[in-house]
Amino acid sequence: MHTTVLSLLTIIAEAVLKERLIAELMQAGATGYTVWDVEGDGSRRLRSGDAPGENIRLETITSFEVADKLLEKLAHNYFPHYAMIAYTSDVHVVRGDKYV
Amino acid sequence: MFNTLQQNFCSPLTLAFGLGIVAKLIRSDLALPRDAYSTLSIYLLLALGLKGGVELSHAALSEVWAPALATLALGVITPLTSYAVLRKFGRFDAADAAGIAAHYGSVSAVTFIAAQQFALSQGMPAEGYMSTLLTLLESPGIHIALLIGALQSSRDRLAVDAPAPRPTAEVVHEILASRSMVLLVGGLVIGYLTGPTGYEPVKPFFEGLFKGVLTIFLLEMGVMAAARLGDLRAVGVFLIGFGILMPIFHGALAVMLGHAVGMSVGGSAVLGAMAASASYIAAPPAVRMTLPQANPTYYLTASLAITFPFNLLAGIPLYFAFARWLGSGG
Repeated sequence: MHTTVLSLLTIIAEAVLKERLIAELMQAGATGYTVWDVEGDGSRRLRSGDAPGENIRLETITSFEVADKLLEKLAHNYFPHYAMIAYTSDVHVVRGDKYV
Repeated sequence: MFNTLQQNFCSPLTLAFGLGIVAKLIRSDLALPRDAYSTLSIYLLLALGLKGGVELSHAALSEVWAPALATLALGVITPLTSYAVLRKFGRFDAADAAGIAAHYGSVSAVTFIAAQQFALSQGMPAEGYMSTLLTLLESPGIHIALLIGALQSSRDRLAVDAPAPRPTAEVVHEILASRSMVLLVGGLVIGYLTGPTGYEPVKPFFEGLFKGVLTIFLLEMGVMAAARLGDLRAVGVFLIGFGILMPIFHGALAVMLGHAVGMSVGGSAVLGAMAASASYIAAPPAVRMTLPQANPTYYLTASLAITFPFNLLAGIPLYFAFARWLGSGG
């Protein structure tokens, strides 16, 4: 099977940021995303959704350039103040042109 | 006074709140599922809006405008006094002070409901248009405090390579289109349009079950408040004192204002509880998004673990007693 290597960007962040982060992804050129509610804990402890402690996990498969651009933006605009981690990993996908 | 306090302690609402705290302290696995929490809060807010709208449909405008103005004035005063006290005496930085002030400038719907129930149990129910006042008090405080915070912090970090601030329109939209606002205002409009006859068929559901649902909700509030008790040490003595004394000051001010504009004893007392209360539903996400540098531990702990329990247990009877004293000629 012919596959293409692309970047899977994973963001885990406080739930209050959901809409904003999705907007950032789409603006940067991602063609889709998956988001789900997750639980967890980290160095910042407190969150502020309407039920405290909620996180989201947001994933998108995209080109290396877009993923990199997004990481940079997250690090600059969000990391200083919000509970958030983000990382990329390489994934092999079929229909590589679907994601870029 | 002692009797009223005792009655208040022994109501199912207060006891359910206490049970929630105990459950958390003994590390029980009790917690309301998230979706149930959302559903119950939708029910409570819509019921509140509907009932208020029905009452409003037979209230005269001349009766409502003065209390409405008094409420708006409170919405402007409470965030400013909170901010000033926090900055001057608490030595909080601009962002933290504004973050906390946004919570104390806004209102807690559950405190409002509890106060309304309390006034009812004392045989001096508040005016029917109170839910309208609740919607008026919900957002100005948040906007004012966030504005101060944004202005102050942008001055503090002019040269720093700071992240772009959020557009004000986005913040305004977020609060006005928030779930609680839509349900309250929407409920008011529906109730107003349907009037007493249209309301009749849904009344058993929205009124008959109301107290029961509120009891379950307060159980969860107890769990949530207790989850923050550990943070009391982190927030320090000043904020604990602030979380008790500021509500008393705002509550007294509101009771006097309510009395001055001709509201009943029950109405002034409920207005007092509204002004004294601190938001924990509308304000936290708004503050988190707009003033991310403000530490959530401060505002969440103060509003949820200090002010809410204080108002529920002692504040409401206190504002009521003061309103009755003023009402009886002082």
